[in-house]
Amino acid sequence: MAKLHVSTIVNGEPMEFLCEPYETMLDALRGQLGLTGSKEGCSSGDCGACSITVDGRLVCSCLMLAVEAEGHEIRTIEGMAKGGRLHPLQQKFLEHAALQCGICTSGMLVASEALLARNSNPTEEEVRFWLAGNLCRCTGYDKIVRAVMETAAEMRQVILEARP
Amino acid sequence: MNVVDNKWIGQRTIRPDGVDKVTGRAAFAADTTMPGMIWGKVLRSPHPHARIRSINTAKAEALPGVKAVVTSRDVVDFTIEKGAVMLGIQDMRWMCRNVMARDKALFPGHPVAAVAATTEAIAAEACRLIEVDYEVLPWAIEIDDALKDGAPILHEWHKVDGKPSNIMARIESKKGDIAQGFKDAEIVIERSFTTRPVHQGYIEPHACLISVAADGKTTIWSSSQGQFMVRAMTSMLTGIPQSDIRAIPAEIGGGFGGKTIVYLEPLATLLARKSGRPVKMVMTREEVMRATGPTSGSKSTVRIGAKKDGTIVAAHGAFYLQAGAFPGSPIRGAVGCSFAPYDIPHVLSEGFDVCCNRSKVAAYRAPGAPIGAYAVECVLDELAERLKMDPLELRLKNAARQGTKAAHGPVFPRIGYIETLEVAKNHPHYSAPLGKLQGRGVASGFWFNAGGESSAQVNITEDGNVVVTTGHPDIGGSRAGIANICAELLGIDYNRVSVIIGDTQTVGFSNLTGGSRVLFASSMVVTQAADKVIATLRERAAKVWEIDPEAVKWENGAAHPVSPNAGEFKPLTLADLAEKAPSQGGPIGASVQLNTQGAEGGFGTHICDVEVDVELGIVRVIRYTAVQDVGRAVHPSYVEGQLQGGVAQGIGWALNEEYIYNKDGKVDNPGFLDYRMPVCSDLPMIDCALVEVPNPKHPQGVKGVGEVPLVPVMAAVANAVHNALGHRFYSLPMSPPKVSAELDAPVQQAAE
Ligand code: FES
Ligand code: FES
Repeated sequence: MAKLHVSTIVNGEPMEFLCEPYETMLDALRGQLGLTGSKEGCSSGDCGACSITVDGRLVCSCLMLAVEAEGHEIRTIEGMAKGGRLHPLQQKFLEHAALQCGICTSGMLVASEALLARNSNPTEEEVRFWLAGNLCRCTGYDKIVRAVMETAAEMRQVILEARP
Repeated sequence: MNVVDNKWIGQRTIRPDGVDKVTGRAAFAADTTMPGMIWGKVLRSPHPHARIRSINTAKAEALPGVKAVVTSRDVVDFTIEKGAVMLGIQDMRWMCRNVMARDKALFPGHPVAAVAATTEAIAAEACRLIEVDYEVLPWAIEIDDALKDGAPILHEWHKVDGKPSNIMARIESKKGDIAQGFKDAEIVIERSFTTRPVHQGYIEPHACLISVAADGKTTIWSSSQGQFMVRAMTSMLTGIPQSDIRAIPAEIGGGFGGKTIVYLEPLATLLARKSGRPVKMVMTREEVMRATGPTSGSKSTVRIGAKKDGTIVAAHGAFYLQAGAFPGSPIRGAVGCSFAPYDIPHVLSEGFDVCCNRSKVAAYRAPGAPIGAYAVECVLDELAERLKMDPLELRLKNAARQGTKAAHGPVFPRIGYIETLEVAKNHPHYSAPLGKLQGRGVASGFWFNAGGESSAQVNITEDGNVVVTTGHPDIGGSRAGIANICAELLGIDYNRVSVIIGDTQTVGFSNLTGGSRVLFASSMVVTQAADKVIATLRERAAKVWEIDPEAVKWENGAAHPVSPNAGEFKPLTLADLAEKAPSQGGPIGASVQLNTQGAEGGFGTHICDVEVDVELGIVRVIRYTAVQDVGRAVHPSYVEGQLQGGVAQGIGWALNEEYIYNKDGKVDNPGFLDYRMPVCSDLPMIDCALVEVPNPKHPQGVKGVGEVPLVPVMAAVANAVHNALGHRFYSLPMSPPKVSAELDAPVQQAAE
């Protein structure tokens, strides 16, 4: 069968690629697009290591067909740091040692950013339930939850201070 | 060494590999590709036990796009008759049969052939075209089934008392005379327990990319807990000499012991050699669950005898562990660790290695020890209850200390077990009030820890900074620990030290990342290398100043005269001396290789609170505190991380994780949805109390910390559940269906 042509926007840049109709978005990202920051832990939507956003919505890219990217805006871990400056979440994950092996980290960060985009002041319970789709076998989640909550607090502070 | 006034040791620095891992740049095994690369796939046995009569690969080979097919004929055979060929703790007779079944397939998922093709889809199609003629045999998975009379025998050549048997080995640790000990006892409690096999659960599936040049020179990119283990095993199973195999350690996405053996690398090497193309292989999650790991399921019986004042006088443990398809279950950990926290005059601890038709077990965090501790620490809880003693007091009364001779052999040096009990007793958690249907449990645990071979190079760059190369894959932050120590020793800023993991052909032999040995061993070799570098730097400064090297000291990253008597000179920094190096004897650096000794065992004591939903049978851990003697917390955040991660795994083991088999002997839950590991919303924060009793045999006082924190957890949770319900569970996991069934049972009886 002929490959399908897809035009999409990845991390703010227009991109085109060809894919098989059965190929997942995760395959396309990690394969042709060379964006291996999104990881494959299960390919069944259970681990969250492949988390990306599509038009701002958090998605497991292993559950999305690559052709579905047509006309939509995709963001991945590679787009999180801006111009060589880490996102506050990335910085906090480092300071809090919220990663050990790091295989879950891309997905955790993408999911956490999606949470903070809709809830700037999450409770611990809200963080825990939001991240319940992102497995981490190394950390016991403690330092991840703290890093997310502290980032949220700092980002709120920055917004407060920026007000006239 | 002074463990208090350190500038970098004990600091929560940003790990050297951190930015790569938060930006997606870090290259894990599956992230690498090569021009011309093709894909490898494994054909696996659908049967738990079957003789392989023949394999016909002709149709697969004829499929367009298929570049190579291999079977056990291509794998170097280590025959059973010739006896054991050991690589570390692995017998190559079993390894060669585990990577590719020879005469028999011994578990569903056992590889029988492998294919390389231009796409994954073609490789999978080719696997379907391979014809395997199986003679299906009766099988045994559970320990009882493998031990009963007339049980299907996995390895017919192995006999016990002249009869074929699935009990592949028995070991024991012994001290005193238990017959006498139990005679002296005033209270004796004996209980039996079972645990289910659980998987290490690393999120990164096994993966590798391998290229073999026409002259046989082989390059392996893979994620493992030891690039040298990968090289050695691949060499032994393919016949390519070690000098021709460069094994490059990719970043590893979790291992917990499960990546201390190879599955894919020898097959990918054979496929690459046959096809002349680089071959990539990546397991699916289902393959990981069916064919790798896990740790053993178990059956244990523990008997403990004590005086009425709580003095334990005798202990007997019998631990039966499932090895899976090939011998090698972690009985040593169960036998050696279970009673180690206690000073007991009469001990007999026995372990039995039982083969059965499931995947060969791999190491899992303190292998065997959590299984034994679960049984022993639950019996101690019952003993404390019977004696009306506080469970921590009972442990304090019997605690091992400096000079105690453990049943497994060593006489303990200065250890911190009592300190962990004291800290737990005085922790606010221990006296906090509990609500309805809530309970609190405590338990302790011990792990041997390990030293062994380690190599490192410390090189001063031309601009006066430092590159440390070590040979151990870093799973949990060891690079950060090494950088802290190296910055401390050289007296320079942490950010001037770069730590990298060398490949097999660029750094000296370094044994596996396992046994909680990495920071212990690598900081020992790095310390010696740094000392050598400092000696060189002092000599160089002495030359410049034309004084005796003895009259030069190294402080704060620069050479200084030891005293004004030695002369008045402006200090020479690392950068100064690096700049002068070419004219003063050349590059500055040192490399050290050691078989490190003096790793002392570690102890931990945990407090766990649970709440039980009696309607749904759900046990929730609502508060948890892990206390551990960590020797020296070189990087406290990553030490805490080890404790928190270990506790989370133990909670999973205690409450949910298990393999479920269907009637065909196949695993029915080979994915993360049904193999239920703890998710973020299942757990509370996990508090850590780090007790630092420095290891007297290590330059920085380092002790292994990674494995101890899994050991006490299942018992702590089980004891908490008992405290909440007044009902004790003797088998894991305490999952909702099981808890509901047990809670319903008395009600039903009452109704009848
Ligand atoms: S790989 Fe997509 S959820 Fe696991
Ligand atoms: S850091 Fe290893 S899985 Fe999360």
